Amino acid sequence: MTRIARHLARGNPLDLAGFALFGLLCLTAAFGPLLVAHDPLATDAAAMLQPPSARHWFGTDQIGRDILARVVVAARLDLLIAAGAVGLSMVAGSIMGAFIGYRGGWADVVVSRLVDVMMAFPLFVLAMALVAALGNSVANVVYATAIVNLPFYIRLARAEVRLRRDLGYVEAARVGGAGDGRILMRHLVPNIAAPLVIQGSVNLGWAVLNAAGLSFLGLGVRPPAAEWGIMVAEGVRFIASGQWWIATFPGLALMLAVLAFNLLGDALRDLLDPRLRT
Amino acid sequence: MSMVLRRLLTAIPTLFGVVVVTFLLTRVLPGDPAVFFASNPSMSAADIAAVREHLGLDLPLRDQFLVYLGNLMHGDLGRSVATGQSVAAEFARRLPASAELTVAAFALAVAIALPLGVAAALRPGSPVDHAARLIATLGASLPSFVTGLLLIFAFYVFAGIAPEPAGRLAPFMVEPERVTGFLTLDALLAGERATFAAALRQLALPAAAMALFALAPLTRMTRAAMIATLGADFIRTARAAGLSRRTIIVTYALRNAMVPVATTMGMTFSYMLGANVLIERVFSWPGIGAFAIDSLINLDYAPLQAFMLVMAAVFITVNLATDLVTALIDPRAAR
Amino acid sequence: MNALLSVRGLGVDFETGDGPVHVLENVSLDIAPGEITGIIGESGSGKSVMAFAVMGILDPAARITGGDILFRGESLLAMDPRRRDGWRGREAAIIFQNPRAALNPIRRVGDQIGDVIARHDRPPAHALRGRVEDALRRVGIPDPARRARAWPFELSGGQCQRISIAMALACRPGLLIADEPTTGLDVTTQAAIIALIRALARENGTAVALITHDLALAAATCDRLAIMHAGHVVETAPAPTILAAPRHPYTRALLASAPALAGSINELQPIPGRLPDLRRADLPPCRFAERCPRRIARCDAPGPLGLHEAAPRHLLACRNPP
Repeated sequence: MTRIARHLARGNPLDLAGFALFGLLCLTAAFGPLLVAHDPLATDAAAMLQPPSARHWFGTDQIGRDILARVVVAARLDLLIAAGAVGLSMVAGSIMGAFIGYRGGWADVVVSRLVDVMMAFPLFVLAMALVAALGNSVANVVYATAIVNLPFYIRLARAEVRLRRDLGYVEAARVGGAGDGRILMRHLVPNIAAPLVIQGSVNLGWAVLNAAGLSFLGLGVRPPAAEWGIMVAEGVRFIASGQWWIATFPGLALMLAVLAFNLLGDALRDLLDPRLRT
Repeated sequence: MSMVLRRLLTAIPTLFGVVVVTFLLTRVLPGDPAVFFASNPSMSAADIAAVREHLGLDLPLRDQFLVYLGNLMHGDLGRSVATGQSVAAEFARRLPASAELTVAAFALAVAIALPLGVAAALRPGSPVDHAARLIATLGASLPSFVTGLLLIFAFYVFAGIAPEPAGRLAPFMVEPERVTGFLTLDALLAGERATFAAALRQLALPAAAMALFALAPLTRMTRAAMIATLGADFIRTARAAGLSRRTIIVTYALRNAMVPVATTMGMTFSYMLGANVLIERVFSWPGIGAFAIDSLINLDYAPLQAFMLVMAAVFITVNLATDLVTALIDPRAAR
Repeated sequence: MNALLSVRGLGVDFETGDGPVHVLENVSLDIAPGEITGIIGESGSGKSVMAFAVMGILDPAARITGGDILFRGESLLAMDPRRRDGWRGREAAIIFQNPRAALNPIRRVGDQIGDVIARHDRPPAHALRGRVEDALRRVGIPDPARRARAWPFELSGGQCQRISIAMALACRPGLLIADEPTTGLDVTTQAAIIALIRALARENGTAVALITHDLALAAATCDRLAIMHAGHVVETAPAPTILAAPRHPYTRALLASAPALAGSINELQPIPGRLPDLRRADLPPCRFAERCPRRIARCDAPGPLGLHEAAPRHLLACRNPP
């Protein structure tokens, strides 16, 4: 923690912006529903398609809902989907990758081949098909996003473990009578944590995009729930008639969230792994 | 040469895996295809069973797969319920639209990213470098469907300089004689300047939206690879030998930096194939991505299956091409 | 004396996040035409920085703080950058350690030599191949026509260094700087490379600056030796003089610590202490003082410490020589 503080004090403004945006996002996700002045689901026939004003800062949509309230409240759902997917993917992927990297043999061959096959699909397309196959629900968006991200963690953990499994300290633990499970969990996994965390933070931005893209297409989250991708989709048909605010504000929120995760990923990379600095 | 063969051989199991996955995926998809084929909902159970038999759905899974594989070998991708056309014919019609869009966007992104990345690497800390970093960070954060919408608003609704985002050519225009399937190229080949200009205007916004997204990884990697190469010992040797700045930057540094950049190009191109789906939707572009989405929503699975297969095949081909290009640049990779 | 290269009072700083590092201070050195000069010092003594300063290929973080470098009487620092580009490679050339890394990995070695020749001598296109093959033949590469088409990764480290030498000498420069040219090569190859450099220099009348930390190697190869310590040149003299009658305490310590030059293994003496931290603001005028057994109060008196003539052709920077 002190290292992070010192790094920030030295003042890369982009890193600082990343941490600040990330903090803002987390706060919005945690307390958003308490902050907004309007009910995100309440329709108002008297105030349809109103441009941004003092009363509705971001304007209102086609059934009179307050867009600011919806954009703020949506943060929680979007972040939860992304965090859930990345968390699942990171845990499952690194365990699988560490295992096959440590053991080798047929498990390694089979899983590596499977990973190759998965990577042969454009990930967004694969996620799309998976949601269709698993069923159209929020939980399945999380699973689908987690599954398509598995290959990254499997490959990373596998490579890092293979690099280290024959190093002195692992050998020493083995000679000392430690079992395979113990060696993996106590000696190998902690050492590969840094690259996995970096991958995770970069991945979060991608997961937010992926989930929003799916709901933009009508997969996963369903109306009337407030979610950025859906809100953009709902605003599409009003763009041509000049009601730009319906799609633009949720779109900007989405951009900002992804930007926050990307900046955070870069900052963490600089912090945890100076070798990767570009 | 042996390297090409070896790479082709390793692509075969992956391709087979892809076929298996697409096959399985459509079997797990909700809904019984037979029910959809039986257009009349009041059909009797016997009628449905007959349709099932006709479609081969009563066979064991393994036999169904063999039938599927056999059909694939003949180029038979199934039939779309929604359009009643064979999927292969639909794809033949729509693939050029997707290809033209993706290639145009990719070319645009490369044309901007390469010079920008090189300029940034040559003067670290300069305004150009900061601009490159800004693009690399912001560009990676742009959801392509949102950028697309914003571009439509800015250039079509607000400024009024872009045409309506409704397909590849305005409805009153006549398509040029089909040679390549790329409307811009075909118009040029037919000598129809007006058609060419119209097609280019339709293409500009969606291509720009996709290119914006692809700019980020390309600029970032070009800059990083150039910086790494410019710091290499052999660049010092070239400088000490008094070689001209141009020779050092182009022949010595850029060619070496192109090795990792080529790999990133391959990855970016594949990523654009996925992003295509969203962009085609936003711009009503009559490509295979939009077709696949419509099929997915209509529970019309044969086109979706074919789409995934085509995407994976293109992806594998792009990877292969990347490896070949890398081998052409770097003799060490060719061994 | 009519020097080919004359470094006069050169100072170089490296800018770092923690302030400047005074890498070279008041460095002076003359190299006569055709003469082989050994520049000897521990790593960190600044010998490579001096070489890079002469070639004009210093790191962007480096800054020349004073002095001048003259080549055939003309200041290199004042030279127009375009002319300096043409000067590099034609008038003076340099070869580096790690010969494999010093060659472009994805360009055929013959093309790399050809690039240098084409740049400086601009021969007609049909003559270029012959010139490249001549350059390869001169450095003892057999079957040059075939070898010209080889990639660096197909060659051994020793062969790569021969290619580098061929590149460096392709336009017959007056000065060749060899910066630790045998580091990373095996022992027999080392001897062959040094012998090759020496033979080619003698044949063409090329002056050589051989940078090395190996005093025994330099003594056996060079006409003159210059000893560097922590960014200073502390002593220069003909090689036999340095071996027989060294004056600077550091030179003496260096001789006593060199296995091949000490009388027996029992006489080997390590040099006490370490190089001073060159970031310090309070560096003493003699940077060896803190390691020196002969240090007296006068050694620490303020004021620059320059080289003075201790004997004819024997320069020394020491206030209390033995």
